[in-house]
Amino acid sequence: MGEIEDKLAELRQTFRSGITKSVAWRKNQLRALIELLQDNEDKIFKALHQDLGKHPVETYRDEIGLIKKSAKYALSCLDKWMAPKKRRLPLLFFPASGEVVSEPFGVVLICSAWNFPINLALEPLIGAIAAGNTVMLKPSELAVECASFLAETIPLYLDCKAIKVTNGGVDVCEQLLQQKWNKIFFTGSPRVGSIVMSAAAKHLTPVTLELGGKCPAILDTLSSPLDIKVTVKRIIGGKFASCNGQVCIGVDYILVEKKFAATLIELLKTTIKKFYGENPKDSKSISRIINEYHFERLRKLLEDPLVADAIVHGGLLDKENLFIEPTILLDPPLDAEIMTEEIFGPILPIITLNNIQESIEFINSRPKPLVIYAFTKDETFKKQIVSGTSSGSLIFNDTLVQQLCDVLPFGGVGQSGIGRYHGHYSFETFSHEKAIMQRSFFLELEPRYPPWNDFKMKFLRLAYDFDYFNLLLLLLGLKR
Amino acid sequence: MGSEEETKKKNEVFDAEAASLFVKELRGTFASGKTKSYGWRVSQLKSLMKMLNEREPDIVDALRQDLDKPELESSIYEVALLKTSIKSALKELKHWMTPEKAKTSITTFPSSAEIVPEPFGVVLIISPWNYPFFVGAIAAGNALVLKPSEVAPASSSLLAKLVGEYMDLSSIRVVEGAVAETSALLDQKWDKICYTGNSRVARIVMAAAAKHLTPVLLELGGKSPVVFDSGINLKVACRRMIMGKWGCNNGQACISPDHIITTKDYAPKLLESLKNELENFYGKNPLESKDLSRIVNSNHFARLSKLLDDDKVSGKIVHGGERDKNKLRIAPTLLLDVPRDSLIMSEEIFGPLLPILTVDKIEDSFDIINSGTKPLAAYLFTNNKKLKQQFVETVSAGGLVINDTAVHLAVHSLPFGGVQESGMGAYHGKFSFDVFSHKKAVLSRGFIGDVPVRYPPYTKGKLRLLKVLISGSLLGIIRALLGWSKA
Repeated sequence: MGEIEDKLAELRQTFRSGITKSVAWRKNQLRALIELLQDNEDKIFKALHQDLGKHPVETYRDEIGLIKKSAKYALSCLDKWMAPKKRRLPLLFFPASGEVVSEPFGVVLICSAWNFPINLALEPLIGAIAAGNTVMLKPSELAVECASFLAETIPLYLDCKAIKVTNGGVDVCEQLLQQKWNKIFFTGSPRVGSIVMSAAAKHLTPVTLELGGKCPAILDTLSSPLDIKVTVKRIIGGKFASCNGQVCIGVDYILVEKKFAATLIELLKTTIKKFYGENPKDSKSISRIINEYHFERLRKLLEDPLVADAIVHGGLLDKENLFIEPTILLDPPLDAEIMTEEIFGPILPIITLNNIQESIEFINSRPKPLVIYAFTKDETFKKQIVSGTSSGSLIFNDTLVQQLCDVLPFGGVGQSGIGRYHGHYSFETFSHEKAIMQRSFFLELEPRYPPWNDFKMKFLRLAYDFDYFNLLLLLLGLKR
Repeated sequence: MGSEEETKKKNEVFDAEAASLFVKELRGTFASGKTKSYGWRVSQLKSLMKMLNEREPDIVDALRQDLDKPELESSIYEVALLKTSIKSALKELKHWMTPEKAKTSITTFPSSAEIVPEPFGVVLIISPWNYPFFVGAIAAGNALVLKPSEVAPASSSLLAKLVGEYMDLSSIRVVEGAVAETSALLDQKWDKICYTGNSRVARIVMAAAAKHLTPVLLELGGKSPVVFDSGINLKVACRRMIMGKWGCNNGQACISPDHIITTKDYAPKLLESLKNELENFYGKNPLESKDLSRIVNSNHFARLSKLLDDDKVSGKIVHGGERDKNKLRIAPTLLLDVPRDSLIMSEEIFGPLLPILTVDKIEDSFDIINSGTKPLAAYLFTNNKKLKQQFVETVSAGGLVINDTAVHLAVHSLPFGGVQESGMGAYHGKFSFDVFSHKKAVLSRGFIGDVPVRYPPYTKGKLRLLKVLISGSLLGIIRALLGWSKA
């Protein structure tokens, strides 16, 4: 506990010194972060491979590449983001000026998750640094090698008086949450998100919570076989090809019309074979399950006899290697745990409907997901989905790509989260937008002041209406 | 008569079960899509406007009962300000509701993106009714429950009555009551909670919200300081200062100037000017002035009396101090150089008492401000450009105003909100609409432009190409696409 308090004290002192407010400091840190990634690519590949069995291509695509892109984007936009935003004021207050200035919150806590242990630690870090805060980073202890890597490497590149890493388990998390932070950014499960927010409430600390949920993929009928092929690839890509299903924005389950189910299953099987070969267990291109706890959790989901009956492909479980092969289910019971809890693994239920329009109600009767995917060319249906459902984001005709978009806010709603980040939203989420209004002593409005009378009442009514014409008449004595 | 009895009955049994049925009903209405329509939002805003136009005398009367509030204050600060918000919302609503296009990069080509605002759902607003939260929540298309403050009972029951008469009861409801009713409401799952009040209760609200992962908007207060530099138009500054402090609810407002900080040298001049202007505004017997509100109730009267009776402070009164317990009135009171550890300097005053602290150098005032918790507003009177800049750079507060007080409340183009102890989230104008909306990112892609490098099996070659793609280098991408002609 003493260690955490000491670290926090230093972070506070550094913030108070004002050094993190300078644009030069922020840019230097961002450049240093890019250097860190460039110099340590192999080490990161190795750590992710050890923690999750990730292939370097996945690691580059989902972790290193994304962070480099984000850091470069922040560097190029930082001056613009930091510039005060001028605002127009009503004529009534002339002469006056208004602007909004972004200022850092102060000392922020970032708690990241284990499935993208580099990305989910560094992406918010970019925002926190760009906004001028000092940071305590708490990587997930479940991704052991990555947590060590971050603790060892960050101090070698970044300003260790302003950015610190603390590793540890639940007890360390609890200690951290007892402290007073100026902002907390958390990525993880809704259950822990709630605990984090409760702790934050004690100090009125604002939070951003990036949680999860059951992200559905709606499959409308597509006429072109090429489109269908691409769709299936993108679904597999959005399910198994990223951390083997252990991803918050992964496709959790599919909604499709009954008549298309058989074709879909065949195509999925073919594509899985194409990606992972006859024996996915031997493929180097597929990740492992993070640990025994989650392996057992997933095994239990499949143990339910009615669920086991629904398996139409896969089902191989290898505890020793923490490997579960891509598994497809057809119409498991809707009240089974596999359909009520976020799966977060390589099991893909296909739920069939009589009519694809029913997918809207199906989704709405469940908690709001982090993302909804919909594959359709029907513009009317698209509009219905946009206005008829609610989710953090909505993606048409692809999966996972929103990660690459610096211009779109990334965040949940309801059970899937509070707040957002990516691009300038990261900068905003770590900033307090301070309004500044400046007036001059010149041009006094006498009717502002008591003692009150009818004239002043008339004047102020017109003033608040911004009814300048009648105001002028009143002042000239021309208005009754 | 019948509906009044009904309301009373409802309130008698407003426990968790009653609250839960309430929320269920509102969720049903929200799920029907009724509140999302532009038509509904406009109709409700217009009804609200009609209510204010037709019933202003009732509102003024209720505020007189609750606070002895001068008619002008009620009409202007409560009613007129709200009407301005409604007008602005009616004018801008279509524009606010329109999705915002976002420019996508070559990395996701071909694609189009936009950000679509959608209502959160069923919203709980625990706040004095006249705050524009009401307007923002409706404009954003939510169903809502208002829980007005029980400390102003006449206003609270009037609001319940008026909403019943003018608004769509299937989507907008009022729950009156105190701690028990508020707790019953906070036990429910809401899609957004908005609370205005003090930081102690705000913690309880946020903790309740945390159970359901409900986002919150907290508009709290704090000790909003006013720094007085020398070399200013002192008369104008004092008048603006007085209006901000006593001219609105007699100091009982979240953005009321709490205390003054000035230099030892300037203090006597400042004091003289304040006394003069106070007399110009409120006469020789401010306790009798009709232009000043009274203290809201005996609890707060006792609280404020305690601040004045504090040993450390009672000798520091340099103006005013008169009290009338029966009428719950306290005259505008100035105190000079109270100890920093006195009771009056350790909590938000929220009343007509104004301590003046003195420092050697005016810049020292910023250190004093920053050593306390972040207030909702901070004010500075100066003509010194450098001081202004230093103020803006070093003082952290919800909002800053230079050379005036409280006026930023009337400016819709500036976000109004606190930071840390003074709150989270902001509103006014479009910010009100935004704070009650979820901004949904919608990305639409085509089926062409699929790069095989995304997919397994992964190879070293794919790694090379991936690097180029993510970096967004146009030339690199062209080369990559040309190199891979097969899908």
